[in-house]
Amino acid sequence: MRDGRGTVRAPVLQFTNCRILRGRRLLREDLWVREGHIVDPEKLFFEERLVADQQRDCGGCILAPGFIDVQINGGFGVDFSQATEDVSSGVALVAQRILSHGVTSFCPTLVTSPPEIYHKVLPQIPVKSGGPHGAGVLGVHLEGPFISREKRGAHPEAHLRSYEANAFHDVLATYGSLDNVRIVTLAPELGRSHEVIQALTARGICVSLGHSVANLRVAEEAVQSGATFITHLFNAMLPFHHRDPGIVGLLTSDRLPPGRHIFYGMISDGMHTNPAALRIAHRAHPQGMVLVTDAVPALGLGNGRHTLGQQEVEVDGLTAYVAGTKTLSGSIAPMDVCVRHFLQATGCSVESALEAASLHPAQLLGLEKHKGTLDFGADADFVMLDDSLHVRATYISGELVWQAEEARQ
Amino acid sequence: MRLVILDNYDLASEWAAKYICNRIIQFKPGQDRYFTLGLPTGSTPLGCYKKLIEYHKNGDLSFKYVKTFNMDEYVGLPRNHPESYHSYMWNNFFKHVDIDPNNAHILDGNAADLQAECDAFEKKIKEAGGIDLFVGGIGPDGHIAFNEPGSSLVSRTRLKTLAMDTILANAKYFDGDLSKVPTMALTVGVGTVMDAREVMILITGAHKAFALYKAIEEGVNHMWTVSAFQQHPRTIFVCDEDATLELRVKTVKYFKALKRGTVPTPAYSQRTCTHSGTTDS
Repeated sequence: MRDGRGTVRAPVLQFTNCRILRGRRLLREDLWVREGHIVDPEKLFFEERLVADQQRDCGGCILAPGFIDVQINGGFGVDFSQATEDVSSGVALVAQRILSHGVTSFCPTLVTSPPEIYHKVLPQIPVKSGGPHGAGVLGVHLEGPFISREKRGAHPEAHLRSYEANAFHDVLATYGSLDNVRIVTLAPELGRSHEVIQALTARGICVSLGHSVANLRVAEEAVQSGATFITHLFNAMLPFHHRDPGIVGLLTSDRLPPGRHIFYGMISDGMHTNPAALRIAHRAHPQGMVLVTDAVPALGLGNGRHTLGQQEVEVDGLTAYVAGTKTLSGSIAPMDVCVRHFLQATGCSVESALEAASLHPAQLLGLEKHKGTLDFGADADFVMLDDSLHVRATYISGELVWQAEEARQ
Repeated sequence: MRLVILDNYDLASEWAAKYICNRIIQFKPGQDRYFTLGLPTGSTPLGCYKKLIEYHKNGDLSFKYVKTFNMDEYVGLPRNHPESYHSYMWNNFFKHVDIDPNNAHILDGNAADLQAECDAFEKKIKEAGGIDLFVGGIGPDGHIAFNEPGSSLVSRTRLKTLAMDTILANAKYFDGDLSKVPTMALTVGVGTVMDAREVMILITGAHKAFALYKAIEEGVNHMWTVSAFQQHPRTIFVCDEDATLELRVKTVKYFKALKRGTVPTPAYSQRTCTHSGTTDS
């Protein structure tokens, strides 16, 4: 677009005939995008005297900030914790495929592994902007190995570790470099957690509590030291008890640092958490709800039997079982399915459901000025949804990166 | 003057919008021939703006060759403040139609030199060839734009301090907090609006009835600045029944009879550029 001086100006796109999630409400407003960011059309009109160069009719759809998945272990046959020769291809495959689920940014998650794996894999998963190639990588989520033996769940016992001896130095020795790390899940009852949490937080890494037998007091101290997240609330922690609510009690604790509240991840696939539990958590603390998939490599594979690493897995619809058994083998519900199920199970507003998958994870990671929002100045990462919250199209930096089949006509 | 009385606010808004629409279309605006429109803000014209937007969205009216000049703007309020007149015009009109941003003129209440800003505005109007149709409202104290009681009837665009009546009337837009209401504004003068080739004043609601009475049934008086338009060759007052409550029955009957004798004005369309029936102009 040439302006009066003959210089080429970046085109202004106007998405019309839509409802956008802004200011915590769905408004009948147009969304204006320029150079990959969301812009203020009033400012454009009065200050730059510009109108849109292109208009896109959204057919009455909802435009919501792109979903952010902060806990995903792999998918489509890819396992992030496996030290293949080409880790980045695996990450790229998942990044590209989750676009159809409305996810525009994610944290590849590694479960408890031996140091060699971390040393080999971590440098191959750099932070990366999203685009037509796939969702953006915000950093790696390291779930373990500094977790409770008793609550390890499916994590391999042999590779659990403690940092009793050298605190943060043990952490560094285990993981190698922390450059690409965004979140670390640990059990705060482990000795010297206080120092470790402080050191990680000082490096801008989000500390999450999980796979732990901590009581409420220990959990509160961990939050006071800097922890801000709970990994898959209710799973792999002590159950809520009325005289010691444990980690779950953080949702309503009055001992948190002023002005701060706790975020908590929940897998809302209809399987891993009873809807009543989902509702209790949401009603107790709606602002902290973060929807995660915690998806395993079987995500996105069709029904039937699949070999994933050392495991044989049977996929049946939205459930993955250890082959030949009725034992759940991890979650395989895509993020948009989680959002729809969350909406239906809690009866919350559409705005609430969308925020749990976008704004809240962005706030958790301190990215809310650029991600998880459609405010002016934010990155133009958004999803076009129909009224039942099915993904029609996904955009990153204002560019169409995925579109549903029917929409392509 | 013409006094057009409609049954209610919605009908009055529609009548006014149709009139503006028809004026623009009949003018046949084009590349070298812009229609210049003076525009108001406030709650009264909202219905009229909605109708104009509707005509635009139906494809019947384009603002591509229309230049607009707003009457006024607060001083010292940031341009993007939700109560600024820039915000009002953007949200209630400009963002819904196809006007060229270079042709939408609003006084800048944050200009470094306010009087120079006013002078420049007068100059822009002159350069645009004057105003074809100036649409305005009336304040409860009978003011046009922010020409408060006591304003010269030959005044030009300038800085004005707002009267208490106006500040009180505006408080509802500032959470009822008087301390938040701006006390000064830039406004076109009475003389500026009088220079327009045609003037249309929208007056609706019982709270404006006394001001309307003072404006058209009493003398020309700088305490009720809208009364100046008694001396304009082509002014239309568009109102609803409630706004006529303080008028003489004789006045109301006279103007209603005038209207009864004519065919209702159809809305023109730029698509067809045709109409049926006669207009009551």
